[in-house]
Amino acid sequence: MGQMQDGLPSHMEYMAGMEQIDSDILEKVVSARDAYQAESYTEQDVRHALQAGNMGIEDFAALLSPAAEPFLDEMAQKAQKETAKHFGNSVYMFTPIYISNYCENYCVYCGFNCHNRIHRMKLGMEEIEKEMAAIARTGLEEILILTGESRAQSDVGYIGEACKIARKYFRMVGLEVYPMNADEYGYLQKCGADYVTVFQETYDAERYGMLHLGGHKRVFPYRFHAQERALKGGMRGVAFAALLGLSDFRKDAFATGLHAYYIQRKYPYAEISFSCPRLRPITTLSNDGKEEVVSVEGQGVSERQLLQVMCAYRLFMPFAGMTISTRERAQFRDHVVGMAATKISAGVSTGIGSHSEEVEEQGDSQFEIADGRDVAEVFAAIKAHGLQPVMNDYVYV
Amino acid sequence: MMKEDKFILGGKEFQSRFILGSGKYNVELIQAAVRNAGAEIITLAVRRANSSGEGNIVDYIPEGVTLLPNTSGARDAGEAVRIARLSRELGCGNFVKVEIMRDSKYLLPDNQETIKATEQLVKEGFVVLPYMYPDLNVARDLADAGAAAVMPLAAPIGSNKGLATREFIQILVDEIDLPIIVDAGIGRPSQACEVMEMGAAAVMANTAIATAGDIPLMASAFRRAIEAGREAYLSGLGRVREAGGEASSPVTGFLRD
Repeated sequence: MGQMQDGLPSHMEYMAGMEQIDSDILEKVVSARDAYQAESYTEQDVRHALQAGNMGIEDFAALLSPAAEPFLDEMAQKAQKETAKHFGNSVYMFTPIYISNYCENYCVYCGFNCHNRIHRMKLGMEEIEKEMAAIARTGLEEILILTGESRAQSDVGYIGEACKIARKYFRMVGLEVYPMNADEYGYLQKCGADYVTVFQETYDAERYGMLHLGGHKRVFPYRFHAQERALKGGMRGVAFAALLGLSDFRKDAFATGLHAYYIQRKYPYAEISFSCPRLRPITTLSNDGKEEVVSVEGQGVSERQLLQVMCAYRLFMPFAGMTISTRERAQFRDHVVGMAATKISAGVSTGIGSHSEEVEEQGDSQFEIADGRDVAEVFAAIKAHGLQPVMNDYVYV
Repeated sequence: MMKEDKFILGGKEFQSRFILGSGKYNVELIQAAVRNAGAEIITLAVRRANSSGEGNIVDYIPEGVTLLPNTSGARDAGEAVRIARLSRELGCGNFVKVEIMRDSKYLLPDNQETIKATEQLVKEGFVVLPYMYPDLNVARDLADAGAAAVMPLAAPIGSNKGLATREFIQILVDEIDLPIIVDAGIGRPSQACEVMEMGAAAVMANTAIATAGDIPLMASAFRRAIEAGREAYLSGLGRVREAGGEASSPVTGFLRD
């Protein structure tokens, strides 16, 4: 760790202005990830985990191992029971809104990265309001505000104004923006947002350095500590994710669970949730202006393996929320809500300005989605599975 | 004939001693659950009622049922008070169940903050039913603060683990002059029955019914269990010996005075 890569600054060194907090969680998570040998777990370990009343870290490790693959159905059944105990039949609905796709980072797998020749755009406040009004008309009451990671183009003040508008139209406002300092999170909380999602992408620090070649995001520890700074800033809840497929997905899922676990132990009041994204192909413009779909070399994660990860998260932290991405196909999403996932997005566009017909100019998308259903269709699908779509279970105080 | 058995809460008289939770359901089933449960009091999360769109629980609760809004989502007394005020503004009435959690894993209530919120809300004219961890001293403080009842947990919310805190709930039943309403963790009708046999005034349940295979049937199973438990309590349960037998005729029959 900490070595230079081809003249790039170390991805383990903080940049100017980045707050450093006192926390030993990074060391615990990264060292446990390094030590995790998924192949070493046996059928017996998996059986033990499935019988455990209150699952420990070793049980979680066993459920993520290849030895647990033959037990997937049993895991899914148990996960379904746990989900029902903690969430009943409720399935929460939301949609993301991308307000800017400017990005200063160079993440080789991402459609928004700064070397990618896409159409860049950011919405003005009037356009944000039009977009949000259009989304609110679909019946949704929860929104997740996203930006590309550019402090220059979408500074904290800009995001704060977007949050204030969002408060007018929605009961719950979440953020998935660049990591920031605790006082900045505090400011955005006062503007009306109080749930922060940060994907660590991979907890493999070395691989992280190879995939994140430029920008603030290059700094692994600053990103890692984002959830903790968000909670210190007064946010109510935090979400965790590894982008499965960037590195060994079992190790990354293990680290994601541990990250959430240690945060919950240190901040017991924090609401915790997981996202479970798999790597998807991205569209870029080549030099002659033609669109091309690019896949980043990574470890393929099958649907079975994705479900294994989701069930392992559920059984390890039965009380945590879990969001299922539109990266997955509709049928998969419909089956995993209520089984492990508790929250589903609908009417999703990862582009800019595409919810309202009044916003004419549009910016390009971050990634390809596999489930393009609108709110009414997802609502009906949840009902058809015997579950209850819930638009809001939240009060901002 | 049994003497009249009234359950009075906040000056209101109720026939049913089964308080039904409204979370975690498919909303269309709430009505059938309420009917089969014979419930007259329904709890609902203000955070679920605070909705304008589809799936707003309030629209599915039958007329004539008393709403018991709860402050779930509150992390301290201040937040609970604000949620209670919002509840009143939303037209959910004067009853409020104080729920304050600083633990996202077990959702265990924070007793200290609950006392503070109860004091404040009673001053503001609410009928306050605090959800609490069964601690005798705290229950006394809640009674002193003016709570209308005390709602100790049987086990963590949603756990369906039953009467994990049995001995401590019994102490509250024996020592506190307020209705003791056992809340959370009741997983089956037999456990609800046992709570009532112990002398609890009422039982509150949600997950066990909401996630049952046949919701209306489970609701009526709970209703009967609660009624049976209440009758058993009123009739005076036969004493259970710790060990060994007991002579059925007095052994002190030789005494003269």
